[in-house]
Amino acid sequence: MKIELQGISKRFGLVLANQEIDLAIQPGEVLGLLGENGAGKSTLMNILSGLYQPDTGEILIDGKPVQFAGPGDSIASGIGMVHQHFMLVPVFSVVENVILGVEPTGKGDFLDLDTAREQVQQINARYGMDVPSDTLIEDLPVGIQQRVEILKVLFRSADVLILDEPTAVLTPQEVESFFAIVRALRDAGKAIVFITHKLHEIMEIADRVSVLRQGRIVGHGTPSEFSEGDLAEMMVGRPVSFSVGRTAATPGQTVLELDGVTMIEGGQDVRLSDISLNVRAGEIVGIAGVQGNGQTELVEAITGLTGLNGGSVRFLNNEITSSSVRARHAMGIAHIPEDRQRSGMVASFSVAENMVLNSYYDDPVARGVQIDWQQVHDQAAEACLKYDVRTPSVFLGAGSLSGGNQQKMVVARELERDVRLVVASQPTRGVDVGSIEYIHSQLVACRDRGNAVLIVSSELDEILDLSDRIYVMYGGRVIAEFDNHRAEDGSGGADRNQIGLAMAGIGTDDSPSDATLMGASA
Amino acid sequence: MSQTEHKSDTTRDAVRALMAPPIDRDGAWRELFMVPLAAVMLALLFGALIMMATSVSPATILQSFIAMARGSVGSLHAISETLTATIPLVLAGLGIGLAFRAGLFNIGAEGQMVVGGLAAAVASFSLTGLPSIIHLPLVLMVGLAVGALYAAIAGFLRATTGAHEVISTIMLNLISFRLLDYFLRQPFIQKEGRSDPISKAVLESAELPRLLSFFDGNLRLHAGLFIMLAAVLLVYWLLYRSKLGFAFRISGENPQAARYAGIRSGLTIILAMAIAGALAGLAGATQITGVLGRASPGFSAGIGFDAIAVALLGRSHPVGILLAGLLFGALEAGGRQMQVDAGVSIDLISIIQALIIIFVAAPLLVKRILPPLFRTKSVNEDAS
Repeated sequence: MKIELQGISKRFGLVLANQEIDLAIQPGEVLGLLGENGAGKSTLMNILSGLYQPDTGEILIDGKPVQFAGPGDSIASGIGMVHQHFMLVPVFSVVENVILGVEPTGKGDFLDLDTAREQVQQINARYGMDVPSDTLIEDLPVGIQQRVEILKVLFRSADVLILDEPTAVLTPQEVESFFAIVRALRDAGKAIVFITHKLHEIMEIADRVSVLRQGRIVGHGTPSEFSEGDLAEMMVGRPVSFSVGRTAATPGQTVLELDGVTMIEGGQDVRLSDISLNVRAGEIVGIAGVQGNGQTELVEAITGLTGLNGGSVRFLNNEITSSSVRARHAMGIAHIPEDRQRSGMVASFSVAENMVLNSYYDDPVARGVQIDWQQVHDQAAEACLKYDVRTPSVFLGAGSLSGGNQQKMVVARELERDVRLVVASQPTRGVDVGSIEYIHSQLVACRDRGNAVLIVSSELDEILDLSDRIYVMYGGRVIAEFDNHRAEDGSGGADRNQIGLAMAGIGTDDSPSDATLMGASA
Repeated sequence: MSQTEHKSDTTRDAVRALMAPPIDRDGAWRELFMVPLAAVMLALLFGALIMMATSVSPATILQSFIAMARGSVGSLHAISETLTATIPLVLAGLGIGLAFRAGLFNIGAEGQMVVGGLAAAVASFSLTGLPSIIHLPLVLMVGLAVGALYAAIAGFLRATTGAHEVISTIMLNLISFRLLDYFLRQPFIQKEGRSDPISKAVLESAELPRLLSFFDGNLRLHAGLFIMLAAVLLVYWLLYRSKLGFAFRISGENPQAARYAGIRSGLTIILAMAIAGALAGLAGATQITGVLGRASPGFSAGIGFDAIAVALLGRSHPVGILLAGLLFGALEAGGRQMQVDAGVSIDLISIIQALIIIFVAAPLLVKRILPPLFRTKSVNEDAS
């Protein structure tokens, strides 16, 4: 089945999300769709999956124009979407999830689970997906859950699969086996749209690539025609430098020290187990790991958001294990939260208000029990300029800024103070390439001023680019530590493959403490 | 010489540009005022339709709307009645709006009014021999403090056990009604020689002075008007100028961000509830010392519930609450006149009030019914 989009345009208010987009999706081919957040990828795919109707242009299936009034029409035409955020019922089994909404029925309209199971297993076997049919979703690792989403789409006889940022939640090893499945699907004649902002994935998996920028297709071809640099330039609209420009670290005194930190939720669920690590002045330490292996809890332990069940946290030789969030903040611990929308900002507040979200109570903005708003606005305007937060006015609601500018606003708020330790959690998630460069340079600059920086990220590339040392977390433990000193020419550093293995918990069966994989660079 | 000067000049210009007020004033204004205004118009219209459906003649309907206008703003007496009804609605409404800004749905204004009013009544007749300048403020402070403590119970339960304030304040309302019945029969409160539950009368030294009695002794408007206006200013200052109010607003808009910002949620909840209760308690106290002169069963008369509607209609903004309170006060006063002049039941006023709330709560519905009011300029330009 061949799908063509011709001259698709879609406008939201004053924003042209898609303009005159032409795209052909061929069977037996992986089409990489590359673009930054806000480039219009999601809008385009939502048009294709029937959620939005285009203002102009048409969709052709095998040459015949079609109109989708809703997602049902699109599914019936054989288009299946695998969302970035899974839509699965955790307490249902794999089969139950797959058949949800299209349940096969037997005698007397009763659910026919046996037939369903058989069908699911057939699809399973054909594409080598290796998914257990009767396990509950909540007991499956994320990588397998994603395969269940693909199963769902195939069960509805989709010939066109749209995969929206499918690798965001996977370890490097899981990505490899995921790519194998994608290739198997392609070889079976399915058409696949692979949406991503990661250039090396396009290089590896896509047969053709289309680059989207500000709602337009700005580049088109086979990946081999382009270098990663070409693609990045098309995506951003200007040359992009990949290297962070990081000199060798000169670590000083220990700023942060965790000793045997343990966190148990609800008296039984172990979230952090005996974690010991340290961060020194003038170095960037990265925490690598697949999402959900205790990184969030680790950050909560350091910033005081959640209490500990054991162990201690020391900051500049002061015990702060039981200090409040505000006390730690006042001591010079800055925190860039992993989810800026939910915990780092208030979308309905102005940019200026967001700039003082955690410092409103003290000098220089507080005057007794009042807040000096003139001062707040002055400061915010200056910080916006200094940190390249692009907003027409500091009175504008922060919710209407782009993701990158929101994040720069949070970075400005946290770094603009007199800090000694920066805890940055997923500092560039959902942020455009230009802002990523900027935020990275700010974090390195912060290190070079002699501060300690701790970066938690599920993007291994980010950890490798920025960190002087790397800890790997798995199952609530720190299971490995790597030195990441690189030579001038960028060679050396920690071994990506070894870190990947550690992220998957391999080779560390009964090694509760760190340093088992130490010295990988040697 | 001037490269640095020049640079700082451009920086200053850029800073000044960033501090320019937001552009979309018009759209925000529409959203803020047009929906409530349209809701009121639609509610009156539907009220008329309901009267027609119950076979009231068009002439009577017209007559009842004229009576409503006459009874609310048609004379000095009418205005006095409107303002008198407005005072407790706005005070309690401010409390509900403030709690709402902090993310708390305080259904308990009625109960807080009851306990605050009762405590004020007790203080007003049991403290004898005080000059008015001391006695009256003291009585009002007692009402305020007891209302605050009563609401703080719900705040405390929410902060420590997670018990939802909607449930606990409803329960506290029920408890307050029975507490009132009980205390009104106690010898030190019950009026001598009466067997029914009714309190002793407020001493003259604790009465809120009537403002227009020099003009006409029947005009009930009292000095609570100034308390109400002061409360509007105070709540505005608290929400938009003070540190505490900023913490309230962060907690209300995004509790998770508040936690990350180091704001102690438990304390914030208890304080917000206490201030809400203080305002409702003050509403009860002004009602006792300004209008009723004694406490009796059901003296709160559902004002604490109507105040929820006032807070909603006023979008939890102090000035909005003042305007909404004036409207509801006018409906209250006008409704009585309507009953007298046109013989239409005062229940119609409750229906109209309920309709206003439904329309305010469903802005999309209002926009669908009255699209011309919400057509923005840019769309018009596009269309032309």
